[in-house]
Amino acid sequence: MTSASSPSIAQLAIELGTGQITATALLDQCLCTIARRDHELNAFITVMEEAARADAHRADTELAAGRSRSLLHGIPISVKDLIDLRGLPTTAASRVRAGHLAASDAPVLARLREAGAIFIGKCNLHEFAFGTTGEDSAFGPTRNPYMPDRIAGGSSSGSAVSVAARMALASVGSDTGGSIRIPAAACGVVGLKPTFGELNCSGMVPLARTLDHVGPLASTVEDVALVYAVMTGDMHPPECRSRTRELKGNAQPHLGIPRRYFFDALDTQILKAFELMLERLRAAGCVVEDVDIPHAADTAPIYIHTVLAEAAALHAPTLETQAADYGADVRLRLEMGRYVLAEDYARAQAGRQVLRREVDAALSGRQALLLPTLPMPPPTLGTKVVTVGDVTDSVRALTLRLTQLFDLTGHPALSVPCGMTDVGLPVAAQFVGAHGHTHDLLQLAASYEAVIRA
Amino acid sequence: MRLDDWLDHAKTDADRRGLPELKTLLERLARATAVLRHADWLDDAAGSAPHAVNEPKSAPRKP
Repeated sequence: MTSASSPSIAQLAIELGTGQITATALLDQCLCTIARRDHELNAFITVMEEAARADAHRADTELAAGRSRSLLHGIPISVKDLIDLRGLPTTAASRVRAGHLAASDAPVLARLREAGAIFIGKCNLHEFAFGTTGEDSAFGPTRNPYMPDRIAGGSSSGSAVSVAARMALASVGSDTGGSIRIPAAACGVVGLKPTFGELNCSGMVPLARTLDHVGPLASTVEDVALVYAVMTGDMHPPECRSRTRELKGNAQPHLGIPRRYFFDALDTQILKAFELMLERLRAAGCVVEDVDIPHAADTAPIYIHTVLAEAAALHAPTLETQAADYGADVRLRLEMGRYVLAEDYARAQAGRQVLRREVDAALSGRQALLLPTLPMPPPTLGTKVVTVGDVTDSVRALTLRLTQLFDLTGHPALSVPCGMTDVGLPVAAQFVGAHGHTHDLLQLAASYEAVIRA
Repeated sequence: MRLDDWLDHAKTDADRRGLPELKTLLERLARATAVLRHADWLDDAAGSAPHAVNEPKSAPRKP
């Protein structure tokens, strides 16, 4: 299992550059882990062993000649099977996509390939990214590496599991309501949803175009920052690392805790781990103060009318011609979206502007908002309804409860492990930054990562 | 369209299309729609001002 003590990508890049380890050996370690564990965890839909070996051999040749393309050169990376990698099908974990073949790399993956990353495989997901458990997939459910009878979270379930189990050193996922942060939290890894629009989502099967984000998952904040930098086109990640270190000398960060609504339904173990983390942050010099997002309780209705209508518009043709190829749950929820009235979609868009202003106001004078990522530990596979505190709701609604707001508003949000439950399941905190300031958010979280995780 | 009318139409259509299991989901959607339609920030053509959120309120001048 990955941990903060596992070698980071930055550390491995030094070893690759000095010849202490080869890209081929690193790839072999990941492939061995896949062979040993993936029959149980089901993180991968396609393992690209042959192509990855060829790429690793090429990386070793270039690195031996002193031609390092970036700190990701020779690093094995997995990809959610919702994003195009040339020459491979993009299944979206659905039978609806049978016969598809990607003609080219999605732009964000083209940048990673140019940086010398080794694509090791395409990861399992909740069908069409339309779910938060990772259970509904034409390729079977993904399982949590900490307790395989638990959900891995979703929709980027295989991406998070591949990183948590060290089958890959980083992954690329997508987030429409929390689909990077939710599985990252459930599997004890770091996941970033950047500011909306920062990364190009073309070459990715869309779910809801005004909500879709693409972003990285990795073991540490610094590794996520590294992959994110390359995805933005910055091929000089060492600069990113030095910026991270600079923050340590800065003034005390002010962190806002939006308790109303977000803390109304929290498992006691989640609350305990989160409050302990706040104590550590205070002791480390952070100023922690409560803030309010007055209309946070309207988030779910606004989100539902937005995602359902946009997803239904995208899926209407295949719902007519290939209905039987969808999983039953995903098909029904897409069908539900076909009944959303235009007037209600318009109301939801007005609500998004209200929420955006309120999140901006809560961030005013502060470096970040801080709240848990998931309100409860990952439930057992097959669970439909959960009671958390006084709230009983579907697993889907509860898993989205703390994340979906920031897809609606577009603010950058980062999930970082912050503790464990008594039975050894991960707990995570979510950092939310100002619009367009994803780098600043990463620097803040990287500077305090040891405190957050302690 | 009034919400009750919409829900009746939608459930009838779900039955017609052979998707009776959709009716429970439509009832849930109707509850969410009711919350959305009662939001205090919505404005309308009659000029009902939304409860301004994080925006300064100014009193109108008397005619």
